Amino acid sequence: MQSHAQKILRYSLYIVFLAFLSFSAGAGDVSREQIKGLDEQVQDIKKDVLDLSSELARLEEKLLFPSNTQVSLFISMNKGDDFRLDSVQLKLDEKVVAQHLYTFRELEALQLGGVQRLYIGNISTGKHELVVSYTGKASAGGEYTRSGSYQVTKDVGPKFVEVKIAGPDSTEQDIKFRDW
Amino acid sequence: MSSRFTIVALLVLPFIVHGSVRPHQELRDIFYGEILYHAYQDDYFEAISHLDTELGQYKALDEPALDSFHWHRGQAEFAVGDLELYYRMHQRAGRAIEAVLADNVSESERNEAAFRLARLYYRKQDYINALHSIELIKGEVPEKFRSDETFLRAQIYVSVGKFSDAIKLLKDLKGEKSYRGYIEYNLAMAYLQNAQTDQAVAMLDELGRVSTDDEAVLALKDKGNLKLATYYVDKGDAASAAKYYSRIRLDGPFSNSALLGAGWVEVAQDRFDRALVHWTLLHDREQTNLAVQEAMMAVPFAYSKLDVHGKAAIMYGRAMDVFASEIDSLDASIKSIREGKFLAALLDKKAEQDKNWVVNLRQLPDSPETRYIMELLAAHDFQESLKNYKDLAELDQHLTTWLDSLPVYEDIIELRRRYYEPLLPKIEKEFKKIDSRMRLRIEQRDRLNERIQSLLVLRRPEYLATADERAAMDLLAKMKVDLEANPQLATEEILYRMERLSGVLDWRINLEFDERLTEAYRNLKDLDGVIDDLNKQYRAFVRTRQAATQSYEGYTIPIQRLRTHLNQTQQKLERIMARQGKVLEQMAINELELRRSRLEEYQIKARFALAESYDRATKQQEKKMLEEAAAAVSSVANEKAAP
Repeated sequence: MQSHAQKILRYSLYIVFLAFLSFSAGAGDVSREQIKGLDEQVQDIKKDVLDLSSELARLEEKLLFPSNTQVSLFISMNKGDDFRLDSVQLKLDEKVVAQHLYTFRELEALQLGGVQRLYIGNISTGKHELVVSYTGKASAGGEYTRSGSYQVTKDVGPKFVEVKIAGPDSTEQDIKFRDW
Repeated sequence: MSSRFTIVALLVLPFIVHGSVRPHQELRDIFYGEILYHAYQDDYFEAISHLDTELGQYKALDEPALDSFHWHRGQAEFAVGDLELYYRMHQRAGRAIEAVLADNVSESERNEAAFRLARLYYRKQDYINALHSIELIKGEVPEKFRSDETFLRAQIYVSVGKFSDAIKLLKDLKGEKSYRGYIEYNLAMAYLQNAQTDQAVAMLDELGRVSTDDEAVLALKDKGNLKLATYYVDKGDAASAAKYYSRIRLDGPFSNSALLGAGWVEVAQDRFDRALVHWTLLHDREQTNLAVQEAMMAVPFAYSKLDVHGKAAIMYGRAMDVFASEIDSLDASIKSIREGKFLAALLDKKAEQDKNWVVNLRQLPDSPETRYIMELLAAHDFQESLKNYKDLAELDQHLTTWLDSLPVYEDIIELRRRYYEPLLPKIEKEFKKIDSRMRLRIEQRDRLNERIQSLLVLRRPEYLATADERAAMDLLAKMKVDLEANPQLATEEILYRMERLSGVLDWRINLEFDERLTEAYRNLKDLDGVIDDLNKQYRAFVRTRQAATQSYEGYTIPIQRLRTHLNQTQQKLERIMARQGKVLEQMAINELELRRSRLEEYQIKARFALAESYDRATKQQEKKMLEEAAAAVSSVANEKAAP
């Protein structure tokens, strides 16, 4: 026969179980208004910092990379190219100006159509030699290394050059250069 | 119907990928590509910052249509709203989209803007404005977001109580692959709200039988089955509840709840041995989980019902040990949180290496400050506050880096000043000389041009005489004057010869006038070329001189202003961050204290149950001993009675 204490235990455990079904972590003393108010303040400060970021970017460009000497080199890939790019090296006038090892997220962003500004610097007007080398793994698993060169002609305005690289399975040529 | 079943009608929405941020067209502007690069890595701060700069520059152009960014303008206007939304800047995102709506745009763009605004309001749980926005959509909805629009509209209708309309929309949407599972679940919830329980049950049952390997849909399937099981538990229909509990995966997110519930429905049918099958599985899982803690009480309870009181007593004793240790652990966690270690652990860099940082928090080393973190993350408010806290920490890092950069910039400026300032006065002096010579030459060229132009109107061949011819003409004129002064010298022969020479000169100049004019014009053009080259050199020199001056002048005030703004913003940010941190700590402490009080309750219950089980076990033991003694006496008596 079931004892009184067991009946109480069974009942209380069952009540706990029902409470468990609708249990969710509560915010306790932290009110919803407090959370909402703070969220609005966070949004405001994000806006302030974004404005400062733009102001600082303008200052940096003017101070460090004025338009008459500025050169920017961008890396891109053909959309959907499943080539596993590992690293890229950029040489300008026989001097290594940038080297980069790619994380999975960076590679994914390139494969989706994003363009990475790998180098920004200053050069004089006239002609300069750009050499691009990259390594990676083909979908079949083998190592894949390519390099190509391009003559960068710097004029009075800022110079922007896109370097589009492709893997072994791509129908496009290995490296394509484009002046913007 | 149970009130719980009806009020837990929270709608679920699928994860929506970067909507308009994805380019629908070929990339026409390299800087837009750079924005996408940041956006695709969920680096929203960089993406918004770049996009703001690009849009600002684009809007400041006199002829923006000539800029390559023009091709992405429409997409960019939406993208900025989307990115701000992902960065949880709802207010600004709303303003960005409203700006598109207020603009003179096509119906298709207006519809897309209205849809985005409605989605934003819906996420902010501002359902009235969400409804108002979605009703701004007129005419045909573009294919690319037609199903998204229908699904959102249905969700809004449910939220404002227009259940029948929502049901109609969701029924029409059934079969849409991208919303598989979500439609069925939300449809069931809409039926429930509309008091159509039978249809709701049927819909959840359909969802609960769906065959898929999509993890998100499988989770929804489990959720649907759990809802139905809970419904039947409330109705007291244990057999039906058991059926739905059994459909839930043992390794899914709802498996602990399912095992616990499945045990209780067996108990309701007095099948304690079968309840033990479910609870024993649960018993060995992660001890911080609420369902597992309850199972620690439920297992000995079932044993006691099976009259295995000794085992029940041992397990109650073990549960008490676990609860005591958990309470100590909770106390340590609360203490650690109060000491500020929790916030530091939340900002652990190891957990932030990819976009699954929430999941990575699971892998943090076990310590008092992080032991219950995954349990806490189940609460939406906590998760949102945590994201805000992490964003603030990232912004603080940016501000610190920028503030550290300013002295470096000042050093660069000072170095440039020291280099250029002594050089510039000499250069300036030379420049002024060249400048005045150039101006003189340009004036001469202009006069020459004027003369040639006048010759086209009024023929004056003598203007095009060569230097020798001009000298000869001057000599003849002088001789004429001399002869007039000394007429005795003017013989006929001399006068004839002078006449003849003058005639020859006139003849030649007149005869060659057209040819000479053409030649003069050609020479003027050649001169223009030379002057153009000079002008280019002059402009290059001016630019270089200007660049040299601008490389160190005009920065002092902007840098000072930036430093002040950065400092003020950082102070403000640190105040907000401290408040946000306090809120997080308070939420965590409240939650842990709640758990602590639950465990204390369990402890009291376990203590009583242990005593009861011990008592029963003892009685059972005594009874057994008495029975054995009685059997022994009876056996002895029988032996004695035997002949």
